[in-house]
Amino acid sequence: MTQQFVTGPGHGEDDSAEDPTAQGGQTFASVQGSDDLLDEIDAVLETNAETFVRSFVQKGGE
Amino acid sequence: MTDAAMTAGVTTRRPMGIETEFGVLHADARQRMQGGASSAIMLSHLTVASVALLDEDPARRGRRVRWDYGDETPLRDARGFEITRAAAHPSQLTDEVRDAHVPMLDVPSVDADAPVQASERAPEGDDAAILEWAVRRSIGNAVLSNGARWYVDHAHPEYSSPEVMTAREGVLVDRAGELVAQEAMRRLDAVDGVPSVVLYKNNTDSKGASYGTHENYLLARDIPFDRVVEALVPFFASRCVITGSGRVGRGTHGQEPGFQISSRADFFENVVGLETTLNRPIVNSRDEPHADARLHRRLHVIIGDATQLESATYLKLGMTSLVLAALEAEHRTGEEILPRIELADPVAAVHAISHDPTLRATVPTRDGEQLTALQIQRAHAEAIAAVADMSDAETADVIGQWLELLDLLERDPALAADRVEWAAKLSLLETYRARHGLDWADPRLQMIDLQFADLRPERSLYAKLRAAGRVRTLVTEAEAAEAVTAPPRSTRAHLRGALIGAHPAHVDSAGWDVITLAGENGGARIRLADPAIGSAPWCAERGIDPHADPEDVLAALRRL
Repeated sequence: MTQQFVTGPGHGEDDSAEDPTAQGGQTFASVQGSDDLLDEIDAVLETNAETFVRSFVQKGGE
Repeated sequence: MTDAAMTAGVTTRRPMGIETEFGVLHADARQRMQGGASSAIMLSHLTVASVALLDEDPARRGRRVRWDYGDETPLRDARGFEITRAAAHPSQLTDEVRDAHVPMLDVPSVDADAPVQASERAPEGDDAAILEWAVRRSIGNAVLSNGARWYVDHAHPEYSSPEVMTAREGVLVDRAGELVAQEAMRRLDAVDGVPSVVLYKNNTDSKGASYGTHENYLLARDIPFDRVVEALVPFFASRCVITGSGRVGRGTHGQEPGFQISSRADFFENVVGLETTLNRPIVNSRDEPHADARLHRRLHVIIGDATQLESATYLKLGMTSLVLAALEAEHRTGEEILPRIELADPVAAVHAISHDPTLRATVPTRDGEQLTALQIQRAHAEAIAAVADMSDAETADVIGQWLELLDLLERDPALAADRVEWAAKLSLLETYRARHGLDWADPRLQMIDLQFADLRPERSLYAKLRAAGRVRTLVTEAEAAEAVTAPPRSTRAHLRGALIGAHPAHVDSAGWDVITLAGENGGARIRLADPAIGSAPWCAERGIDPHADPEDVLAALRRL
């Protein structure tokens, strides 16, 4: 199963991924501005992802 | 039957609320590696106690409003409330560890089992001394001035929102819960000698553990429960296309790389049942209405995801309340409204739908049809749109967005990323993946999933999306901040919260359907068997001003 439907660089071949600007103001500005956002994410993301993910241990709840 | 009779009551309006169990972690990496999950109970107590007990106001410091579990005797009064004399006096109010009217069985609360070992009162002293006392004594419950219950449930801090009547109010009290969690983190950070804590609004560690985000709705008692189950199973199995939070990894341990729509789906193994911690059912049959059980059932929904996108939370509450309203209207009028869809294998459908973010997967019905989640949801939305009371603004808005989002999701889920949380998260992950050329097994993607739910404003990736204007918001920061201290006006949470806010030293304890208020010449125990009783309009009509002098409040209550 493909997970390539999201607009973004390099996924233009699927015909469901039309030009989002043509769809009437409901668009997620997925390309414009995403560089800034990704820069910010890189800046705040834990540096050692693997160690962090391993240490995220919870007990069951409910 | 007239159209008017049919539409009567099909709105989003009903008593509802959300309980959120937060993920809890040491902020410090070394403590995190050493402590593992075993420190979760201690950290949860610190989290709850920091908000419940560390107040600068000496009248509130070291003191909490105890939780009253209520009692089993049915209310005899047909008016829906009852005032009984209580012996409580302000000077007798000790901060007892044991909560009020604790049933001896079947209450999975730390407080219920806490042994009484030492002094009943929080010590005079600095913040660290009070917190140390709270952890040692397992202080695990408090009632906040917004009417919420704030407590330790198993190994998680939990915020159980005050009861509200609309989906938008539900968003507001849910946002208030996020702010309470943030306040707890800030307070613990500021105290020397206790660990700093990070709280997460998510549902799993992807190591087999899941913790819940439960919705509660009051529902008419006279609908046979079998019919409730039959109606809700296809709706619950498919609503995640709009209400899901998204999750990196598949399987309870995230053993298969990839992305799925719901954070909770993989933890569901049954169609209907009483359990919430194992063999989790799509429809939970727990039924303590905290209201007149002859009239009401409380539907306890455990299949929802924790969401931060306000639209996702709003639509989850609104859509579900509408399905229940349609179910009630069917029962009342004898006319079919909701689609009759019987899934051949509901549990398999929950997993299949969640595992397919392309939304093309179909699930079989008993009739031999193959339906997508979007088709199942559209059948519900259209059936409800045909009978709902569109003069109610929230009802019309929820139905309008429900149908619109189904269209957008069908075209391209990214188009719904300003309102649908899994679509927002997936868009973010896909652009990040593209930038760094990552495959789904890369731990940085799971890191993004976790940090999306990190409630520290400076760390939260959701906060980044919000600040960048990528997601719609429904409530202002100022409204959310006010909802931390002020209760909703629409339900009994108003009386509960306003009394606690105005007279913390006089409220001995409170629960969903009971408040014990102390006075100089004896107090009163007020039981409220209907969530509408005690609302701001109800109080105003009866001359009860919770902010007035406690003796005047007691006198007004006794005059009822």
